[in-house]
Amino acid sequence: MRVYLDYAATTPLDPRVLEAMKPYFYKKFGNSMSLHSWGLEAKQALEESRAIVAKFMNADSEEVIFTGSATESINFVLKGIAFANKEKGKHIITSAIEHHAVLESCRWLEKQGFAITYLPVDKYGLIDLKKLRNSIRDDTILVSIMHANNEIGTIEPIEEIGKICKEKDVLFHTDAVQSFGKIPIDVNKMNIDLLSLSAHKFYGPKGVGATFIRKGTKIEPLLHGGGHEFGLRSSTENVAGIVGLAEAVRLRKKEMNQEAKKLTKLRDYLIKNVLKIDNSYLNGHPIKRLANNANFWFAFIEGEALVIQLDSYGIAASTGSACSSSTLEPSHVLMAIGLKHEEAHGSLRLSLGKYTTKAEIDYTIKLLPRVVESLRKISPFKGKWK
Amino acid sequence: MKVPSLYSKEVMKHFKNPRNVGVIKNPDGTGRVGNAACGDIMELYIKVKKNKISDIKFQTFGCVVALAVSSMLTTIAKGKTIEEAIKITNKDILKKAGEVPLIKIHCSVLAADALKESIYNYLSKSKKPIPEELQKEHERIQNTLRQVEKTHKEFTEFEEKILKK
Repeated sequence: MRVYLDYAATTPLDPRVLEAMKPYFYKKFGNSMSLHSWGLEAKQALEESRAIVAKFMNADSEEVIFTGSATESINFVLKGIAFANKEKGKHIITSAIEHHAVLESCRWLEKQGFAITYLPVDKYGLIDLKKLRNSIRDDTILVSIMHANNEIGTIEPIEEIGKICKEKDVLFHTDAVQSFGKIPIDVNKMNIDLLSLSAHKFYGPKGVGATFIRKGTKIEPLLHGGGHEFGLRSSTENVAGIVGLAEAVRLRKKEMNQEAKKLTKLRDYLIKNVLKIDNSYLNGHPIKRLANNANFWFAFIEGEALVIQLDSYGIAASTGSACSSSTLEPSHVLMAIGLKHEEAHGSLRLSLGKYTTKAEIDYTIKLLPRVVESLRKISPFKGKWK
Repeated sequence: MKVPSLYSKEVMKHFKNPRNVGVIKNPDGTGRVGNAACGDIMELYIKVKKNKISDIKFQTFGCVVALAVSSMLTTIAKGKTIEEAIKITNKDILKKAGEVPLIKIHCSVLAADALKESIYNYLSKSKKPIPEELQKEHERIQNTLRQVEKTHKEFTEFEEKILKK
């Protein structure tokens, strides 16, 4: 059995999305800037797509800019806002648990003379609204807080954050990569000024993202050139990708609520059963979390070994411990919610998606205790850290 | 299509089916290296008969490579004389492991160090002379351990400071 439980990393393309994209690879291949009918055809597809994406979050069409990825969207927002508004101030507020796209952009801005406040979070990963309010200064130009966390799935109080930012007259950006297409978003109701999203997290193609920029917001482009995307993102548009993004959004609008119900049930069933394992714990909030996210830590063992062992049984999972990637430091998110280093090393993320079945969850529930047990047998820690 | 694997065949073989796992009761020598906070702890136990490592067992907390190289080390050291075992380095383990990501080389160093420490422990317990080279290695390993603990302490303090700001 092969079980994919890493939907937070990426999702398969919905076949209906592929069908919508196909004509734009070969028949309708025009450049949207051309004046002939091929170009107009591409332009039309582009604008129809923009309208669909905008409507999904209650924005206007001209407030949506297509990009090449959410990482690009986030870099564009942080650097573009910083440079366009530096006369007003050079202070930005974010949180300690943001994605690296945000954190690394902030680190770079620090080198350019900007001051960044990294708000701490509580044990569930929630930011403190009072601390946010107190951190806003006269020279604060932007608050960037993610909608839902990519590792532990915690959903931040976006509407309240938006309210505070509006009251204090500070721009508010949210990284909605994990939440877009999963939970409803209304940029007006939530007072969001800027938002970043990525298609491949909700059954769209890789290599295409979008940024919502509220009308009248001062922002500098990252890419200068032919003036595409209202002069904010020069590059010949990836029309097929954008059509795919829009089709994925259109489908999500119809299907996401029902899917969330199904996934919440499956997720809670998974969590309940995994926590039967001795010395296992849930990371993140029990309720304020994405319907598709479960994140655990298991005492006495290391996450990478767990992921590779699960892979050998055909289960795709992910670790919060960065031991498997380019750094040996454990996840900054797990450290920020108060886990010790050795605890953070033993974490495991299982993220569900629309193709996840109860049989797959049952298989995982059966295998996981065995795998944890086999690694604990090798571990020098028995019953306690010593 | 062949299913791709992150690590070499040999690493996966030892990871999935580790040899000589466990504890030896009344060992002649033990060694413990690494730091749980950094994600690696290795414990090694040896039994020595007629100047040879007659039995060896390990327990490791760590990633795939850490577990695999611990197992490999035990198979390399088992049956060797003390003089031969002292000479085992992380290069011998890497030769067996095949390709290992650069960032995981330290796991093999850790495994070799665990063996050196257990031999050191055996020689000092049985009041046998300790070769100068091994003495130096022991001091280096202990120094590294202290250094790692110090760095880690500084790092967590720094982390707490920036998060509570």
